Amino acid sequence: MATHATHVHHPPSGWIRKYIFSVDHKVIGKQYWLLAIFSVFLGMALSVLMRFHMVYPDAKVSWFEKLWPTGASGGIMTPELYLSLMTMHGTIMVFFVLTTAPQAGFGNYFLPIQIGAEDMAFPNLNMLSFWTTFLALMVMVAAFFVEGGAPISGWTGYPPLSGVGQVAGPGLGRGQDLWILSIALFCGASLMGAINFIATIIDLRAPGMTLMRMPLTCWAWFVTAILSLFGFAVLLAAGILLLMDRNAGSSFFLPGGLVVNDQILDHKGGSPLLWQHLFWFFGHPEVYIAILPGMGLTSNVLSVFARKPIFGYKAMVYAILGIGFLGFAVWGHHMFISGLNPYTAIAFSVLTMAIGVPSAIKTFNWIGTLWGAQIRFSSPMMYALGFVSLFVTGGISGIFLGQPGLDLYFHDTYFVVGHFHMIMGVAAIFGMFAGTAFWFPKMYGRMMNETINKIHFYLTFIGVYAIFTPMHFVGIAGNPRRYPDFKDLEFMQQLMPVHTFMTHAAIFTAVVQILFLVNLIWSGKKGPRAPENPWEATSLEWTIPSPPPWDNFAGKHPRIYHGPYEYAVPGAPKDHVMQNEPT
Amino acid sequence: MLLAPIVWILTIVIVGVFIGKVWWFPPPISEHGRAYDDQFFNTMVVTGVIFFLAQMALGYVIVRFRDRGGRASHVEGNNKLELLWTSAAGILFIGAVLLSTGIWAGVHLAPTAANALKIDVMSKQFAWSFRYPGPDGKFGRLDIKQINDAGGNPFGIDEKDPAGKDDVVSSTVRVPAGRPIALNLRSRDVIHNFFVRELRMKQDLVPGMEIPLRFQADKVGSYEVACSELCGLGHHQMRSTLEVLSPEDFDKWLKSQQQTQ
Repeated sequence: MATHATHVHHPPSGWIRKYIFSVDHKVIGKQYWLLAIFSVFLGMALSVLMRFHMVYPDAKVSWFEKLWPTGASGGIMTPELYLSLMTMHGTIMVFFVLTTAPQAGFGNYFLPIQIGAEDMAFPNLNMLSFWTTFLALMVMVAAFFVEGGAPISGWTGYPPLSGVGQVAGPGLGRGQDLWILSIALFCGASLMGAINFIATIIDLRAPGMTLMRMPLTCWAWFVTAILSLFGFAVLLAAGILLLMDRNAGSSFFLPGGLVVNDQILDHKGGSPLLWQHLFWFFGHPEVYIAILPGMGLTSNVLSVFARKPIFGYKAMVYAILGIGFLGFAVWGHHMFISGLNPYTAIAFSVLTMAIGVPSAIKTFNWIGTLWGAQIRFSSPMMYALGFVSLFVTGGISGIFLGQPGLDLYFHDTYFVVGHFHMIMGVAAIFGMFAGTAFWFPKMYGRMMNETINKIHFYLTFIGVYAIFTPMHFVGIAGNPRRYPDFKDLEFMQQLMPVHTFMTHAAIFTAVVQILFLVNLIWSGKKGPRAPENPWEATSLEWTIPSPPPWDNFAGKHPRIYHGPYEYAVPGAPKDHVMQNEPT
Repeated sequence: MLLAPIVWILTIVIVGVFIGKVWWFPPPISEHGRAYDDQFFNTMVVTGVIFFLAQMALGYVIVRFRDRGGRASHVEGNNKLELLWTSAAGILFIGAVLLSTGIWAGVHLAPTAANALKIDVMSKQFAWSFRYPGPDGKFGRLDIKQINDAGGNPFGIDEKDPAGKDDVVSSTVRVPAGRPIALNLRSRDVIHNFFVRELRMKQDLVPGMEIPLRFQADKVGSYEVACSELCGLGHHQMRSTLEVLSPEDFDKWLKSQQQTQ
C-alpha cells in the first residue's frame, strides 16, 4: 500500500506564477493541451498543403510564394518544399500532438486527481518539462525559417540523407540540425515527465487506492510513462550521435565510400542501420505512447456511458502491460526490407503478431462492456465509439504488414500510410476528442455544446474514413509514399482520381475542425456552468468542484473504498457508486 | 444511434471495394508473385471476416443497448470468454505469420541458383545503374575515385582492372525470362529502394552494404521500377524500367552492348 506523502505548497499569488510558470499540475496539463491544439492545427494545415500539391502539383497560388519565397517561387510549390512540409507534418503530429496531449496534457491534469493526490510528485520538474517542450516546439518551427528551410528527410530522419548535410539536398543543413536539436529537447522533457508520472503513481496514491482500483486511464498513463522512459532515452542518445556525425566529424551512422552529389565524403565505419535500430526502438513504443492513453480513456468513457462496469478490468490491465512489454520487442518490423538478416524478420514478425493479441483482447472487452448496457449517447461516448471503430479498422491492416512476406510489397506504400494514420493518427485523435468532451467541464467549469460536438463527430468520422481508407486501396495498387507528385510513374495515372477524392475529403475534414475550435472557445466563455459530476461517473475528479480548487481536494484527503467502475451495482441506491463513498 | 447505420454502410462499402478488386495489384510475373497473391488473399479473407464482424457487432450493440431508462446488467467480465478470444486471436495471428514465412524464405533464404544471372546494381540520387559482366563472366573492381556519371562510369569501374573492361552498364535492367536473377544491390550516397510491383518485392539499397535480391520473372514485358525509400528532392523521379526479354532477345541485346564497349 502506498503511503500518502504530505508535501505542502501554497497557492501562488502572482499572475505569472499562476498561469505561466505555474507548478500546478492542472495549469501545466492545460498548457500541454493548448500546445497540442496549436500543434494539431499547424500539422493539419501542413497536411492539407501536401494533399493539395500531390493532386495539383503545377497550380500557381500567389500566397505560397509569400510564405515560402524560395520553396514556392512563382507560387508553384517545389518538390523539396513538399518534402519539408511532410517532414514537419509527421514530426509535429507525432511529438507535439500524439505524445503531448493524451499523456502530458490529460495525464498531468487528471492523474493526480484520479489517484487522490494534491499534485504530481515533482511539481517544479513538471514545470521544467513543459517549458522544455515549449522550447522544443519553438526550435522545430524555427527550422522553417533558416536558410534552406525545414529538413526533407522525413520524421524518421534516416541517415545518410539526414547525416551528411546540405550536400544531399535543401533543408538538410541548418534545418536538419534544428530538427535534431528540437527532438533532443523533446526527449529530455519527456524523460522528466515520465519520471514524474511513475513516481506519482507509485508514491502518491490516496489511502485505499490500490493499483487494482485505479481507473484504466491511470494504468495507461503509468505504462506509457514507462515506455517513454526507455524509448526517449534511446532516441535522445541517437539524436546526439546524429548531431555529432553532422557537426563533429564522427561516423556513427555514416559508412565509408560515400559519394554524395559527386563529392567524396571522408566518413568511415558507421552503419545507417544502427540509426534505424535506435530510432525504431523508440519509434515502435512511441506508437503505443500515442495510443495507450486513448485506449485507457476509451475504456473509461465506454464504462461511464454504458452505465456498466468495464468488462474484464483485470484482462484490460494485463493487456496494457502486455502491450507495454511486447512494444519493445517488435521494432524490427519497421526494418523488414532494410537489409537486416532475413532470419531476424521471422522472429520480429512472430512477436509483432503476438502484440496484436492484447489489442484484440481490448476490442473484445469494449464490445463486452457495451453488451447489456444502457448506452447514453453523449458526445464523449460518440468519440469513444468512433475510437473503437477506427481502432479495429486501423489495427486489422497491421495483420498484413506484420508478415514480412507481405511487407515485401506493402512496405513504404500508401497501405502503410493508411494503416498508421488510421490507428496512430485518427484513432488516437478521437481519443483526444473524447478526452476533451469528457473533461472539458471539469477543466473549465463549463459544458461544451453537445449539438456542435455531435455534428463535428459525425462529419469528422465520415471524413477520416474518406481520407484514409482509399490510401489502402492505392497502396494495394503499389502507390509509393513520400512522393511530392506522381507525374513520372505511368501506373499512378489511373490512381489519380482516388488521390483527388482524398484531397477533397482532407480539405472537408480540415474545415470541419473549425466547429471543434469554435465550440471550445464559445463553450469556454458562454457554456452553461458544469456541475460537479455531469456524467455521473465514479472516479475522484467527479467528487470535487468544476473546476477543481488549487490543491484539488481542498485539504480533505480522500479515502478510497471502491473500484473505478461500479455501475449498475445491484442493491445500491443509485446506479453508480463513487470511489470514495464509504461502505 | 445514427452511428450504427454509418458504421454498417462504411463497412459494407469497404468490404465491397476489396471484393470487387476495384483498385488492385497488377498481374504477377513470377512464381513468388503468385504465391504472394495467394497469401494476400488468405490474409484478406481472415481479416475481412474479423473486420466485418467486429464493425457489425459494434453497430449492433449501439442499437440494441441504447439507454431505455432501465439499469444496465452488472457484469464484470467472463474469464472463459477472455480465454476463448485470447487464444483465438493468438492462433489466427501467429498462424497467418507462420503461413507467410514461405514467401519470405523463398525470396531471402533460398540459395542462389548456380545458373543465376548476376547483375550489379548501383543507386545514387536520383538514378539507377545496372552492370552485367562481360564474356569473361567477371565484374571489374570498383574505385569510388573513378566514378564519372557523365563519362558513363557510374559504378567507378577501375580502369586498371582488365576484368572490368568488358562490363556492360545500363540505366534500365534487362533480364531473360525464365532464368534466375541475382541482383547485388548497393548505393553510393543515401538509402534507396528497388521496387517492382509485378515482382511483388522491394529491397533497400544501403550505403556500405551489399544486399542480395533474387527473382525469376517469367512474363516478357516492360515494368516500372520506382524508388521506394525517401532519398531527397528527386525521390519521385528516380525511376527505371525492368525489361523482361525472351532469352534470345536478351542474348542479342547483351552481345550488342558488349560490342559497343
